[in-house]
Amino acid sequence: MARSFSFLLIGILFGITMFKSEAASWFRIYEMFQFKSFHMYGIIGSALVLGILMIQLIKRLKLKSFYGESIEIKDKDKSFYRYSIGGIIFGLGWGLSGACPGPMFTLLGAGFLPIIVVIITAVFGTYVYGKIRHKLPH
Amino acid sequence: MNWIFEPWPWYIGGPMIALVMILLLFSGKSFGVSSNLRTLCTLCGAGKNNDFFDFDWKTQRWNLFIVVGAIIGGWIAIHWLTIDATVHIHPETIAKLNDFKIASAGSAYLPEELFSVNALIQPKVLASLAVGGFLVGFGARYAGGCTSGHAISGLSNLELVSLYAVIGFFIGGLLMNHFLLPYLL
Repeated sequence: MARSFSFLLIGILFGITMFKSEAASWFRIYEMFQFKSFHMYGIIGSALVLGILMIQLIKRLKLKSFYGESIEIKDKDKSFYRYSIGGIIFGLGWGLSGACPGPMFTLLGAGFLPIIVVIITAVFGTYVYGKIRHKLPH
Repeated sequence: MNWIFEPWPWYIGGPMIALVMILLLFSGKSFGVSSNLRTLCTLCGAGKNNDFFDFDWKTQRWNLFIVVGAIIGGWIAIHWLTIDATVHIHPETIAKLNDFKIASAGSAYLPEELFSVNALIQPKVLASLAVGGFLVGFGARYAGGCTSGHAISGLSNLELVSLYAVIGFFIGGLLMNHFLLPYLL
């Protein structure tokens, strides 16, 4: 129960960050792909620099989790096609809807109701992938 | 503390995202939001006739709490932490969007021409949102993750495959932005 609540709090922190940093704004995504502002690149870049440093610290110092367990960071499956083709398909959708899977929920909370269309069709897109994935190159 | 009510600059937004990822790592989990879309399929009963969705959703319950939190966070941010939600994008971008009849550029958080309930009545707008959502959901699962799972978690762990995915995100995004959106807006 306490752990569930901690995840809820982390999610709230994430949602506030997505909204306040404007990463959830269609305009910022559009502007990013126009290369007209450093804003989105600064967000992703600074998160990345801190993330790389922290993961190196976790690995080298063998840091333990809050619950005393060792922190395991699983490597992803090696492949080229699924990541590049899937990535391009995702990018087309990101450029059109201006919403990634996290911000779409933040926008729902912020009261932009048409985003429900994006959420429902994103769930449906995931379902269709699950249905036809055997026929796709991975 | 007044900065909280202003739009957050990248050097606050980026480190906060890193903090979210680090808090999850120290909770024994990894940051990745799009997995929840798969869990939602399972909750809708998709596991009955498809092994991809046939898994114990309770193992992902923590991640659903992240989603519920992201919704609550959006509500808190707009109601309690924002005085003016206008997104101040580059003047040239505003001019370009005005040419595409997106008149709300530079005076709103989201384009009213796409994300207002009135706009949704137009079949073109409805179709754009639906196709956009579909591609995001399909592509994220095909690529095994979205911006959080690859661009933040994966690249932070120096994973080459996440670099392929993120390059793909940008190829797709640039194609949409420069070659397709001009005909869709």
